[in-house]
Amino acid sequence: MAEYQVLEHDVLVIGAGGAGLRAAIEASANGVKVGLVTKSLLGKAHTVMAEGGVAAAMANVDDRDNWRVHFADTMRGGQYLNHPRMAELHAKEAPERVRELEAWGALFDRTKDGRILQRNFGGHRYARLAHVGDRTGLEMIRTLQDHGIHLGIDVHMEHTVVDLLKDGDRIAGAFAYDRERGRFKVFHAKAVVLATGGIGRAFQITSNSWEYTGDGHSLAYHAGASLKDMEFVQFHPTGMVWPPSVRGLLVTEGVRGEGGVLRNKEGRRFMFDDIPDNYKLQTADNEEEAWRYTIGDKNARRPPELLTRDHVARCIAREVREGRGSPHGGVFLDIAWIKEKLPNAAEHIKRKLPSMYHQFKQLADLDITQEPMEIGPTTHYMMGGVNVHPDSQMSDVPGLFAAGECAAGLHGANRLGGNSLSDLIVFGKRAGEFAAKFAKEHSTPALPKDRVDAVARIALEPFERQGTESAYDIQHELQERMQALVGIVRRQEEMEEAVAMIRRLESRAAKAVVHGNREYNPGWHTALDLRHLLTVSEAITIAGLDRKESRGAHFRDDFPNKDPEASKFNIVIVKGPDGAMQLKRVPVVPLTEEHKKIIEENQA
Amino acid sequence: MSGHGSGGTNTGGSAVFRIWRGERGKGDFADYKTEFSGGMVVLDVIHKIQASQAGDLAVRWNCKAGKCGSCSAEINGMPKLMCMTRMNQIDVTKPVTVEPMQAFPHVRDLVTDVSWNYEVKKRIKKYKPEKPGADGQWRMQQDDVDRVQEFRKCIECYLCQDVCHVLRDHHHHDKFIGPRFLVYSAALEMHPLDTADRVPDLHAEQGVGFCNITKCCTKVCPESITITDNAIIPLKERVVDRYYDPVRKLFRVFTGG
Ligand SMILES: Cc1cc2nc3c(=O)[nH]c(=O)nc-3n(C[C@H](O)[C@H](O)[C@H](O)COP(=O)(O)OP(=O)(O)OC[C@H]3O[C@@H](n4cnc5c(N)ncnc54)[C@H](O)[C@@H]3O)c2cc1C
Ligand code: SF4
Ligand code: SF4
Ligand code: FES
Repeated sequence: MAEYQVLEHDVLVIGAGGAGLRAAIEASANGVKVGLVTKSLLGKAHTVMAEGGVAAAMANVDDRDNWRVHFADTMRGGQYLNHPRMAELHAKEAPERVRELEAWGALFDRTKDGRILQRNFGGHRYARLAHVGDRTGLEMIRTLQDHGIHLGIDVHMEHTVVDLLKDGDRIAGAFAYDRERGRFKVFHAKAVVLATGGIGRAFQITSNSWEYTGDGHSLAYHAGASLKDMEFVQFHPTGMVWPPSVRGLLVTEGVRGEGGVLRNKEGRRFMFDDIPDNYKLQTADNEEEAWRYTIGDKNARRPPELLTRDHVARCIAREVREGRGSPHGGVFLDIAWIKEKLPNAAEHIKRKLPSMYHQFKQLADLDITQEPMEIGPTTHYMMGGVNVHPDSQMSDVPGLFAAGECAAGLHGANRLGGNSLSDLIVFGKRAGEFAAKFAKEHSTPALPKDRVDAVARIALEPFERQGTESAYDIQHELQERMQALVGIVRRQEEMEEAVAMIRRLESRAAKAVVHGNREYNPGWHTALDLRHLLTVSEAITIAGLDRKESRGAHFRDDFPNKDPEASKFNIVIVKGPDGAMQLKRVPVVPLTEEHKKIIEENQA
Repeated sequence: MSGHGSGGTNTGGSAVFRIWRGERGKGDFADYKTEFSGGMVVLDVIHKIQASQAGDLAVRWNCKAGKCGSCSAEINGMPKLMCMTRMNQIDVTKPVTVEPMQAFPHVRDLVTDVSWNYEVKKRIKKYKPEKPGADGQWRMQQDDVDRVQEFRKCIECYLCQDVCHVLRDHHHHDKFIGPRFLVYSAALEMHPLDTADRVPDLHAEQGVGFCNITKCCTKVCPESITITDNAIIPLKERVVDRYYDPVRKLFRVFTGG
């Protein structure tokens, strides 16, 4: 029988990005013993990559902003499939959470009168994103990390959770291995918070790091929690396309916020050609007005480049498909052109978008202050996730909470840029608070020893197998096929093919062989991640098959329009008694009278 | 960076990668012959070798975008981020060596144990702001935060720690916190709202005096932070003002400051 060490905590937080760190800080502040596990080193989680900013209606730049407008923007962006209560809490609490970061040492860019500066972003009516140049995520994660290390939280870096443990119906902890030595650890806890981030590695072209294998989604699902909105995968319109090895790397929306425009190979600003009806009233219909908006004219309407991501991504895909793309299969994103309008344009660009400047200079030999970039859509963000209670963030499994990208509800069918970083701190805090409360109100659960032994045995199987099946090959094939079959444009037959492909890869994964020993062995890690990748891929695909319409990030060629009937439900997935995925349509959470009023008053 | 025959524009071909393989300091270089294209970065080639020839090759990375500071290594002897070092800047007529950082205990292959850095940070006094204004908000001018924002660009890659001779050659890990944490201290000390005093610690256990301004740290910083000039020298000045300036010392005796 495999050996393992047992560690005791009241609250175990899995994941040390913005959501996990904020949850751990809050749980700790509530006086319970907190453990924090992360696959990578502290401070390296995906949150570090966030660029553009954190959305909060602080009204520092535009005094017309307030939580009601932010709420209405979030709901419109999510095509009203969002959980309205979550959207409300988020809009109301984000400003306080951002100011709290400042109290902990964050240094945002400043307004002229010395307050936190805010910038424009797609789908946000007013300048709303607090930011630090284009490295806002770094500022957020470092602030939380540096604050958190003084609170007595037990941090377990480079530990990967492979399964959740239960005592009857309730959560009892998690089973993990340390990456360095491959030793098993059992984290025994009264409450567990999942803050594991997204799923981008299920696709080939992605802005996401290796960590994004959908672990939290899959762990929760296999523990009996339900997943919601899994068909909604956000493809960000602007990823790098050249050179091939950086394909997918994000080009922040901040480029467009600062005046960057999209052109096809004929030089046409094609975004003016297709402005959806529900955004017509707030979108500029000429270049002159669009520029006035960029430089802060409050009477000007937004440039069409700042329409929601789903729409911009599809317009780009259309230009490419119809032969008007750039040489390497994207379109042009031009920020250099603002030199026609601003005297010190090159300096301005370097100051506002320093990481983008370096990214292109170093990786593509291109000076963005002089030349247009080539960009195309990239898999970016998962709207779907663990189905949670809007106030407490608890899942269907008592004691199991989820926050951040791995939880569902706030974003509905499409997330607005900047609404993730705010999501992390608003709901990370809530998850930490309610997990601590749960831990205080409940006794210690029993550890399921048999289950622990079984999980350990399964985890070691790849070392004992014979043959030539490689986990890397399976992973690459899955990514390539998901991109082709369940990507930005979807069809019935292709998604059916994807289900069959997933079945095939599942049986191959059961034969994957790992060489070497348990110490820092990426081959083994990849083999264990496959289960999560396959689980989320299946959930995405069957939800995509069931939603026979196009809405938000989910676009179907065979059903290109919205179906009013389909606006009435969310798709929820649970593990059936036979172990197979079960899919349910559940009615969307109704708007309160107050919510309806807010949406009405922000219609124009 | 080593010289390259093709003027920095080799567009691909084949190369031999000479990678350090082994555990806890014991091991040797192993050669891997592999194809590459000019747009690739070193980390791409490492991944290619991992997927096709050496499944258990240990390497630490996350973002592959120069943003997380995980993939630090020594490429042809130079401390660099593997994800930001392009193949077309490398001379492939000779084997390309890739080794782990030398200033930290070795774990496996290209991975080192950097936990010391996390321990050091905990010992530095945390941020302690003055009271906010009546509306609960602070006011700071952009000009006053520019310098601190430069320091806060740090991605904690620890390449500066790796290259600093006080740690790398003299192993003064117990007496000197290294350039990364001098930058960190400087960011706190120069924060317009901070009220804590870190000068005594910098002077004593954190050993700012060990730095003899060789500027090697500044040269390797992938975030182009002017570590020595902007962070370390001003800190040294504060220490000198406090502990070695006779006029000030006298002044403190009288004021009790
Ligand atoms: C390039 C890029 C730019 C972005 N820019 C913005 C922006 O400007 N504004 C915005 O609002 N959003 C932005 N986003 C989105 C946003 O950054 C992410 O959605 C968000 O950071 C996710 O945070 P999180 O706390 O949920 O998870 P993460 O920060 O990803 O953290 C996940 C944590 O879980 C751990 N983990 C995962 N699985 C396991 C396991 N099995 N065992 C143990 N630990 C595990 C990981 O190690 C990690 O610590 C951007 C995303 C990308 C990729
Ligand atoms: S300047 Fe100081 S800190 Fe930097 S490498 Fe030289 S001795 Fe080390
Ligand atoms: S100061 Fe520069 S070299 Fe040192 S850890 Fe930070 S980013 Fe890396
Ligand atoms: S992988 Fe993040 S800096 Fe290289």
